[in-house]
Amino acid sequence: MKGKDQNKEFHHALKVHKDLCTGCTHCMIVCPTRAIRIRKGKAIIIADRCVDCGECYRACPVSAIGVEQDDLNLILKFPVRVLLIPGVFIGQFSHKIPLSSIYGALGKIGFTHVYHVENTVDMVLDAYDEYALQNESRPLISSFCPAVVRLIQVRFPSLVDNIMKVNPPVDMSAIYYREKLRSSGIPEQNTGLFYATPCAAKIAAIKSPVGETESVVTGVINTNYLYNKVYQLLQKGEAFNEIPVTDDLLSSRGILWSLTRGESSHRKKRSLSVDGIRNVTEILESVENDKLDNIDFLELRACDEGCAGGILLPGNRFVTVERLRKLASDFSKSETDSRRKLTEGFINLKEQSFLGKIEPRNIEKLDEDFTVAMKKMKRKRRLMCFLPGFDCAACGSPDCQTLAEDTVRGYGQLSHCVFMQQQMVKQKLMSQEKAFSLTEEIWGAERLEKNCNKIGAENENI
Amino acid sequence: MQYRYKIAGGDFSNAGAVASSVKKTLRQLNIDHRLSKRIVIALYEGEVNVVAHAYSGIIDIDIDHERIKIRITDKGPGIVDIAKAMEEGYSTASTQVREMGFGAGMGLSNMKKNSDSMQITSEPGIGTVVELTTYLNGNEG
Repeated sequence: MKGKDQNKEFHHALKVHKDLCTGCTHCMIVCPTRAIRIRKGKAIIIADRCVDCGECYRACPVSAIGVEQDDLNLILKFPVRVLLIPGVFIGQFSHKIPLSSIYGALGKIGFTHVYHVENTVDMVLDAYDEYALQNESRPLISSFCPAVVRLIQVRFPSLVDNIMKVNPPVDMSAIYYREKLRSSGIPEQNTGLFYATPCAAKIAAIKSPVGETESVVTGVINTNYLYNKVYQLLQKGEAFNEIPVTDDLLSSRGILWSLTRGESSHRKKRSLSVDGIRNVTEILESVENDKLDNIDFLELRACDEGCAGGILLPGNRFVTVERLRKLASDFSKSETDSRRKLTEGFINLKEQSFLGKIEPRNIEKLDEDFTVAMKKMKRKRRLMCFLPGFDCAACGSPDCQTLAEDTVRGYGQLSHCVFMQQQMVKQKLMSQEKAFSLTEEIWGAERLEKNCNKIGAENENI
Repeated sequence: MQYRYKIAGGDFSNAGAVASSVKKTLRQLNIDHRLSKRIVIALYEGEVNVVAHAYSGIIDIDIDHERIKIRITDKGPGIVDIAKAMEEGYSTASTQVREMGFGAGMGLSNMKKNSDSMQITSEPGIGTVVELTTYLNGNEG
């Protein structure tokens, strides 16, 4: 896209596998920031619009959206191999499988230390209290879900000051355990710290963090991949000899943290928990119009049922939630539950609880310069008088308005619209051949030929 | 550049739709988000006033390179004493209604606060016209 931000690099964890993509438009239509277009028969993701929410990954019928991840062999470079697992990973397994077996399997895979991401939630809650005291903006919006933070940056620039600039548990735990190992005498460079992620947004947040300079996480492991490895080992029923080092700091609060209401249930003032990217967008609209009265805290997550609905988790999200609620309820019956929190004093940790400035990056502007933007706006409105308004997406943009905007930005052409082509051919403004070649440009030459291998056709599985 | 929106009196479920649409336009025009917030809050108050008090209304938005002008014309009961209506906290709402959180008497003063200039003309029994102007280059008043 044109504009000043053109040269800025945004790291994204979601990539299109060009060899698998059939240019079917499913991803383009569900994208909440309209970050996808079809060109030459393949989906392309516009980097500065994408928020890594993963809706395209869910919608793709041919698994052509891939998630960038680190190779598991990367861990072998380090003598000390730490894995941070999120609570929702445990929720993938039946309650009949003890936690110790899961740790054992992770040890067999090669991890020397296994800790829970949510072991630092009490610290994060303290940081929330402090942040709330020092900042006047209301409602405060949790910074926990990185897709939500990015959505606010690009679609709700006026709300960036409402984001609580507090590090989420994964960063706090990474900082804490790294420091703990260092102070126990292990040289810093010997420790590889890996995070098993339930979603793409967390990968992007670690590879290109918002509001902090660099992440202390060494690499990111796809939870789906790890699940299959662990499941296979558990199924074999072998005894696990390499039991990794762990601690017993997981609490009911930690287990529930990444589920819906996991944060808001600890806030004393009125709060709201919203999950699902579309619901989140709707509520942010209300916040922008000043329509939410007296809500102090907003817990917003891009996935339905919070992280249990993460795109890299194989299990059913509702089953995961039930398992974790059961586990949390068992934990809360134990006397030690409220005491399961970090008490060791790493003085610098508190200072590291807070994030730097989060900048708005308005993606909807038609131009950096207001006068030019006005001209483009006038032209866009004029173009909309001609476009049919069907939102068929055959032009390679998700809907008519986006095609009009793409056109004034120099990123598309009115003649990409198949209905406009018909009109132009009829009025002898365009030859039939030219119309055909335009369609081929968007959809690829083979796309218009007979093909029996597509879903639902004669040879669909061949 | 002109935009025109129609509003139906009493349609509380859609109150705010004009403000949302204008907000999007301002984002597309790359108007600073703080300035845009002021404009949208003033517009939202005006929109709600029409829904709450009038039978129908029209909102005209006119944007040029130096200012955005919002003109809200309604058919309705009108305002008898404009100076009084402008006072912070003045409201025609009954105590009962106010206890429910409506009619706090902040609407017009909020609109004034969030725009660079505001003009009201009203004819009781006919309707009210409110004109709000906000300068885009940051000039106050």
